[in-house]
Amino acid sequence: MIKFLLKGLLRDRSRSFFPVLTVAFGVFLIVFLTAFLNGALASMFNTTAHHQTGHVKIMTQAYAAEAEQSPNELALLDLADWLAKLRAEYPDVIWTPRISFGGLIDIPDARGETRVQGPAAGLAVDLRAGSPEIGFLNLAKALVRGRLPEQAGEILLAEDFAQRLQVAPGDTVTLIGSTMHGSMAVNNFTLAGTVRFGVAAMDRGAIIADLRDVQNALDMQDAAGMLLGFFADDVYNDQQARALQTVFHAQYQDIADEFSPALRTLLEDSGMAGYFAMASSMMFIIALIFVAVMALVLWNAGLIGGLRRYGEMGVRLAIGESKSHIYCSMLGEAALIGLGGSLVGTFFGILLSYWLQYHGLDYGAIFKNSTMMVENIFRAQVTPGCYIIGFFPGVLATFIGNALAGLGIFKRQTAQLFKELET
Amino acid sequence: MGETIIKIQNLIRSYQMGSTTLNALNNVTLDFTTGEFTGLIGPSGSGKTTLLNIIGSLDLPTSGSAEVLGRKIETLSPKQAAVLRNFEIGFIFQTFNLLPVYTIYENIEFPLLLQPQLKTPQRREMVRQALEWVGLADRAGSMPKQLSGGQCQRVAIARAIVKKPRLVLADEPTANLDAQNSANIMEIMLKLNRELNTTFIFSTHDEKVIKHLRRKIKLADGQVVSDESI
Ligand SMILES: Nc1ncnc2c1ncn2[C@@H]1O[C@H](COP(=O)(O)OP(=O)(O)O)[C@@H](O)[C@H]1O
Ligand SMILES: [Mg+2]
Repeated sequence: MIKFLLKGLLRDRSRSFFPVLTVAFGVFLIVFLTAFLNGALASMFNTTAHHQTGHVKIMTQAYAAEAEQSPNELALLDLADWLAKLRAEYPDVIWTPRISFGGLIDIPDARGETRVQGPAAGLAVDLRAGSPEIGFLNLAKALVRGRLPEQAGEILLAEDFAQRLQVAPGDTVTLIGSTMHGSMAVNNFTLAGTVRFGVAAMDRGAIIADLRDVQNALDMQDAAGMLLGFFADDVYNDQQARALQTVFHAQYQDIADEFSPALRTLLEDSGMAGYFAMASSMMFIIALIFVAVMALVLWNAGLIGGLRRYGEMGVRLAIGESKSHIYCSMLGEAALIGLGGSLVGTFFGILLSYWLQYHGLDYGAIFKNSTMMVENIFRAQVTPGCYIIGFFPGVLATFIGNALAGLGIFKRQTAQLFKELET
Repeated sequence: MGETIIKIQNLIRSYQMGSTTLNALNNVTLDFTTGEFTGLIGPSGSGKTTLLNIIGSLDLPTSGSAEVLGRKIETLSPKQAAVLRNFEIGFIFQTFNLLPVYTIYENIEFPLLLQPQLKTPQRREMVRQALEWVGLADRAGSMPKQLSGGQCQRVAIARAIVKKPRLVLADEPTANLDAQNSANIMEIMLKLNRELNTTFIFSTHDEKVIKHLRRKIKLADGQVVSDESI
């Protein structure tokens, strides 16, 4: 009997092919849209991760409590030990230390007297060749004048800042700051180049310097304000981050000791948890709308198909099937079609998303003169969720659509079915 | 004659049309016995289809009773009614109602698929026999749309009788057929009636059918106006 019904389903293209196509199209859109949103979210996350937070960030609890002020006197000590431990325990995560510092930039004139001064926000990262930081900060692309630091004592300045200070690569720049222990530190650097990130906070008064130079300058040997962790695929995964946090805290956190380390996830550290929740509920609402629209379309298709099938329904009743049996077989067909359509739609949705994930859409080329230069290639992001998200609306919509259409047909009197069958 | 297989008493089937009540069947009392070849004759709207549908357990009486093959129609659950139709009753319609996406063979096999006790070889033999009765053994693999109207109605007859029901209900089976085809299917049904002792009840106002009937029940406005046997 099931074989018989399947045969009919396959042969009647208006019952199989077209509904499958409808479902597949809807599911395709949902899957692709999900991957698209994931991608948008991921690129937003990644900009933040690369510039500020990492995917996870380790600081001492005391430092974390007032992190905005870059309290380097509360920095994490025994940096080399920590790095070795973390790299051994979490080999899939790229660990890299950073120091955030504030100070005054002083540009001396020919006689060594102050020509101009300005407050600066500095970021010290590992700038040695082969360091992942060069990629994270996209320095090669951000470079406006000069070159990246190659020797000790070379730094980068934000281009706007450098213009305000009227300095050019090769000039000497004096940094007046304070050491980890609170005494004044005055150090000379050479300007290697200037950069522009397209992010206001970074472009206003930024110094990018090599970690070891800053450690020396601020008397922070074997210490760093923060230790950033990046997932190997450079994609933020909140679940993974929170799992890592749980394990790390169980092992190393001592609430009573304010110098024991704390690990913060990107969402916690950036205050983007709200965005994340909003994006998730947006995805849910989109899926819901699709279910409703698709159910409507399929309901109507089901009604038209049902009208066409009055003859079949009448005959099957007359031959000795009960109404409930016919109704169930209709729902079974619907489930199959929903499943088939979802499979096809998911397949093509994922395919297109992967394509966009690997090739990317270079909208930087569209906004050529835009100062926005960070992450100007849009990439979709296929997550495991993309593989299943389409099935709920796909199967549900077909099911609801057919259930409604079926009710419409069967609420009529059986006898009425025959009347219409005769004319 | 044979035993009584249908007993209809004071049967009323009414439809509510707004504020008025229309009696499609108005106090019908009738008996049918095994092996009959009987027609319900009357103009359009006289209640023929309504009566056939109630006998076939596709519809329920408003009042009165209809006992078919020992079962009271008005007391059957939908499942019990389905079983009765499945095993005991064959239907033939004016418009054939073959399932367009299935072959002739599959159309005829369909009722047998609802009888789980039948295995594939048994079903194959039964379908073959039914095809032979209606003279379409060579068209088993065709699709309905490749057949003429007369051939389609012969397939419908084969589908109705393949499970060898005791009762066949045929609602204006010749209304869409020409004289030649009408005569042909009447012959087939007469032969089945003779050889299998199947009871046939027709609804018709077609002279070509009426002349073959052994019992003629005239209906008008939902009432029996005459009932003659020969
Ligand atoms: N579902 C229905 N609703 C309202 N009236 C109906 C319905 N079915 C049949 N009737 C009425 O019942 C009467 C008998 O119909 P029917 O049994 O189809 O007659 P026949 O088959 O002899 O042409 C007609 O007047 C018809 O309009
Ligand atoms: Mg009629």
